[in-house]
Amino acid sequence: MSAARQLSLEINGTRRDLNLDIRTTLLDALREHVDLPGTKKGCDHGQCGACTVHVDGERVLSCLTLAAQVEGRPVTTIEGLQTADGVLHAVQTAFIEHDAFQCGYCTPGQIMSAVACIREGHTGSDDQIREYMSGNLCRCGAYPHIVAAVRDASSSLKEAAL
Amino acid sequence: MRTFDYVRVENTSAAISEAAKPETRFLAGGTTLLDLMKLNVERPAHLVDITRLPGLDTIEVSTDVIRIGALAKMSKVAAHADIMDAAPVLSESLWRAASAQLRNMASIGGNLMQRTRCTYFRDPGAYPNCNKRNPGSGCAALEGINRNHAVLGISDACIAIYPGDFAVSLVAFDGTVLVRGKVERRIPIDEFYLLPRQTPNLEHQLSPGEMIVGIEIPRVAALKRSHYLKVRDRASYEFAAASAAVGIEFEADGKTVRDVRIALGGVATKPWRLRAVEEALKGKPIDEATLRTAAATAVDGAKSSGHNAFKIELTPKVVARALMTVGDIA
Repeated sequence: MSAARQLSLEINGTRRDLNLDIRTTLLDALREHVDLPGTKKGCDHGQCGACTVHVDGERVLSCLTLAAQVEGRPVTTIEGLQTADGVLHAVQTAFIEHDAFQCGYCTPGQIMSAVACIREGHTGSDDQIREYMSGNLCRCGAYPHIVAAVRDASSSLKEAAL
Repeated sequence: MRTFDYVRVENTSAAISEAAKPETRFLAGGTTLLDLMKLNVERPAHLVDITRLPGLDTIEVSTDVIRIGALAKMSKVAAHADIMDAAPVLSESLWRAASAQLRNMASIGGNLMQRTRCTYFRDPGAYPNCNKRNPGSGCAALEGINRNHAVLGISDACIAIYPGDFAVSLVAFDGTVLVRGKVERRIPIDEFYLLPRQTPNLEHQLSPGEMIVGIEIPRVAALKRSHYLKVRDRASYEFAAASAAVGIEFEADGKTVRDVRIALGGVATKPWRLRAVEEALKGKPIDEATLRTAAATAVDGAKSSGHNAFKIELTPKVVARALMTVGDIA
């Protein structure tokens, strides 16, 4: 058995003190220890993107990150995307409007990835969206609607910023 | 997963002294290491988290050399304006690799230490026989599904491919790996990686306790006119079926080759420099026919293991197309 380790994580703006086996990934910490199951476990090997979250504002894979590695680094999950009074993020709204999912399992990862993709400025064309969203697989094949949702959210966010 | 001790270090000296313990691995982005730990391929007893070491994530482009710190993220190097301008091949070989998420995690030093994607190597439960994991146990890939195994640099002990892209660019342009351990040393990238021969478990020149602290690439004219062509089974987020890092410098006439650099990825057991092809092109005016003739020798000595014969046919085409792109030949 592995020794447990005391960790203090900052998740969606809230400090969480946890006692975890050192092997615990950020993904398992979120799902199993802080009741945030919105982040999904797909392949658990960094190949599907379902577990995408933001650390220090950048998209990363929580399945290949140890919880211990993010001490002192703010984590944002799909649950932390809406405003405090429950208004959905523009990307969430766009995914609903464009019906950008079928089974929905990859969707939290797609949305977290899309929010970062827009922030990075990688939504200049549909081809660029496809390239920079390629780390998020959708086995239902909702890709055309996902591209449309990201394109739409990107322009609505740009307009809002003007 | 085997359990381990985890320590986060604040400076390089502490990292190096921690790494003197047996069965230790440095943890940076973790994108290869944690994956292989889950598969029981990597079983370290100690993890030394080096992600918070100060001063190792710098990117510096001066008049004669490019220096990149070992902890610089792939995404940051790929998007660095001076790198994109001075060395397109470096940027392209980074952004055409992995996914945006993985590139935000993976460090440049860790990228050099990426291990093979050989499916037999990655599956100890089903395939105990792997000379890379367990020297002397045999190679399951030789008689297995080996469509994505190497055709160059192989031995009868191992045909596992070197999977990376960035190191292919470094090999084409004479990069140097900067290493710190008990002493500091500089290892030419082409010598850094070892051929499998009868010891495929030995993959590189690093000794236990040594840490990659950065890389250097000399700025030559061909680096400015460079390109990374990566051909794969799907358009993005896939390892290379065959790739080429190339660069060219012309004489004043704009068509005679003064300098040319070519290295291959996705087909060999290590990043594969094509010096003979380079020599055949130097001093000559080039057109499509010259390039295709020279590129045909890119696979001299190549050997198929059954399913991967297509790589031998594909590789010269990839080399020729990459050179035509940098040579502005339609």
